[in-house]
Amino acid sequence: MTETHLSASERQRLCDLAGLMIPAEPALGMPAASDPLILADIERSIGRDLPAVHEALKSYRPGQEINDWYAGAGVPGQTLGRLVLAAYYRDDRVLVALGHEARAPFPKGYVVEQGDWSLLAPVKQRTAFWRRDR
Amino acid sequence: MANEKVDVLIIGSGASGAAVAWSLAETRMRILSLEQGDWVRSTDFPSNGRDWEARRAGGDFDILPNRRGRDTDYPVNDDNSIMKVANFNGVGGGTVIYTAHWPRLHPSDFKVKSLDGVADDWPIDYWALEKFYEENDRMMGVSGLAGDPGVPPRHPPMPPIPMGKTGTHYARAMNRLGWHWWPSDTSIATTDYEGRGKCINLGHCTPGCAQGAKASTDITYWPLALRAGNVELRTRARVREITTDEHGMASGAIYYDKDGKEQFQPAEMVIVACNGVGTPRLLLNSASGKFPNGLANSSGLVGRNLMMHPWPIVSGYVAETMDGGRGPITCLWSKEFYETDKARGFVRGYTLQFGRGTGPANQAMVGVSAGHLPWGKDHHKVYRELLDHRVNIGVACDDLPEEHNRVTLDPELKDSNGIPAPRIDYTIGENTRAMMEHGIARAEEILRAAGATRLYCSREVLNYPGHLLGTARMGRDPERSVVNEWGRSHDVKNLFIVDGSVFVTGGGVNPTSSIQAIALYIADQIKQRLANLFD
Repeated sequence: MTETHLSASERQRLCDLAGLMIPAEPALGMPAASDPLILADIERSIGRDLPAVHEALKSYRPGQEINDWYAGAGVPGQTLGRLVLAAYYRDDRVLVALGHEARAPFPKGYVVEQGDWSLLAPVKQRTAFWRRDR
Repeated sequence: MANEKVDVLIIGSGASGAAVAWSLAETRMRILSLEQGDWVRSTDFPSNGRDWEARRAGGDFDILPNRRGRDTDYPVNDDNSIMKVANFNGVGGGTVIYTAHWPRLHPSDFKVKSLDGVADDWPIDYWALEKFYEENDRMMGVSGLAGDPGVPPRHPPMPPIPMGKTGTHYARAMNRLGWHWWPSDTSIATTDYEGRGKCINLGHCTPGCAQGAKASTDITYWPLALRAGNVELRTRARVREITTDEHGMASGAIYYDKDGKEQFQPAEMVIVACNGVGTPRLLLNSASGKFPNGLANSSGLVGRNLMMHPWPIVSGYVAETMDGGRGPITCLWSKEFYETDKARGFVRGYTLQFGRGTGPANQAMVGVSAGHLPWGKDHHKVYRELLDHRVNIGVACDDLPEEHNRVTLDPELKDSNGIPAPRIDYTIGENTRAMMEHGIARAEEILRAAGATRLYCSREVLNYPGHLLGTARMGRDPERSVVNEWGRSHDVKNLFIVDGSVFVTGGGVNPTSSIQAIALYIADQIKQRLANLFD
């Protein structure tokens, strides 16, 4: 179990909040951010952001509309939001459902097409226009 | 135990320190570089792992030292600055985390007083640096396409990075508007180059390149410099102050080693390469009875004229699928609005830089931050409209020197060795504000022509490019500059500065290629003047 120094009630509040922030969307194969694996990842990621997370969790009033809460939660809310998004959007199930590969960028990398170089033709026709200094 | 005296002591191992070390190596002088950080291994870079986006955003590879908070970083009080300080403290310095976008200053940037009646002319011009730009392009390994009508001729040794879907989309919009665009020069290898593998489009280049395709000086200049045999690079060596002797000459530096133990390193000459915040911090921390206002500061200009390149980013989303977070960040540039046109209501100008998108987590973060992506039931629906559909244009504004924009020593904040930390006071000038608004409007025009919606640009939270310039400016007049036209301090004749702090004006471009060209130019001047260098 990862040591995050969250109390049992804070853990429950984190679970509730994460689930409200990003609920499940079964039709798209998307879990909620309160999914146990994702929640564990969020907890593992807290690290030095713990004071901000404490504050963010404390600021949420049960029943509050989630976007209203976030708009008033300031830097602590933004910090918690960043942790939730970072953990959620690296989850295998989420990435696969989005049509992305569930892997680190290195070593395989990605293919980026060259694009249409013929579009440069009119630009090449221009005369040099950088300003002469002598 | 006393350290053996060296001929050349270089403080800093980043863009400029590495270039100078390599250039001076051929003199056979004994050269030592002190670096407060570590070597970074390619296996350390975030793109090796699934948490790569988190490590870049608030993690150990964040570009902001105050957020990154490594023990090799020093804190910066930038509360009184709309722009935040970005840097990296380690071998390679900022080149480890830069975007590798590789424009040069324009000839007009060196003559802003003569041409536009503002700020000051540089004591050197573009043409004095041209051959060093070229040499540096070969050393760093630059990709690009010759023939750009918007810039002076240059000869990138490798073909350009791909335009991709995103670049093609921008290009069509720019052609409809009849405005200039060109594939960006980058210091990213597009072919195998001098032992480096070619770019495999890992994505955001700022948290370091695991492939080694991006040129950072730890894999370009330093291996060659160290191979020379007369160059040493000492890591975990944080310099507190440069010392001087009874004649007012630099005698070496006091630093803290990896164990926190104070050391003195004697030297015949000292070269400072800590860039626009680290350099003035060090000079101000080197105050003594003979130099009560800081070393090399008889002009009072050490720390003043800080330029940081205000850089608003205008973003939007198109219906078509773009490159997303794959590939080098910036694919095209436009010089359409770089040179002065007084009808615009300001002088000087800006480069437009055309960016690709971001990775999945970062896309969500910027979407939430801009207010486009809600939490709750609509989150998934909206997110799918954003992911891999993002387009964004950076407005790289020229930044003119203003003395009230400055680096001083914070009276309370200190680093882990107890060395006073820098404080930044910086506001955006009136001319630059007008330029920003013009650039934002043009970027919006382009994005609309590209079919983008949900346009967004923050004037408060700007991009922080980490361009730290102007705080020890060069010039011929000792009362109006800190170093002379070949980088030597006016006050201390064996003290040189080779980094971005010697810039007289900022230009509207990423400065690393110019910083390194200047460093190579100063090294060349040193080599040519060895017989009477300190006269």
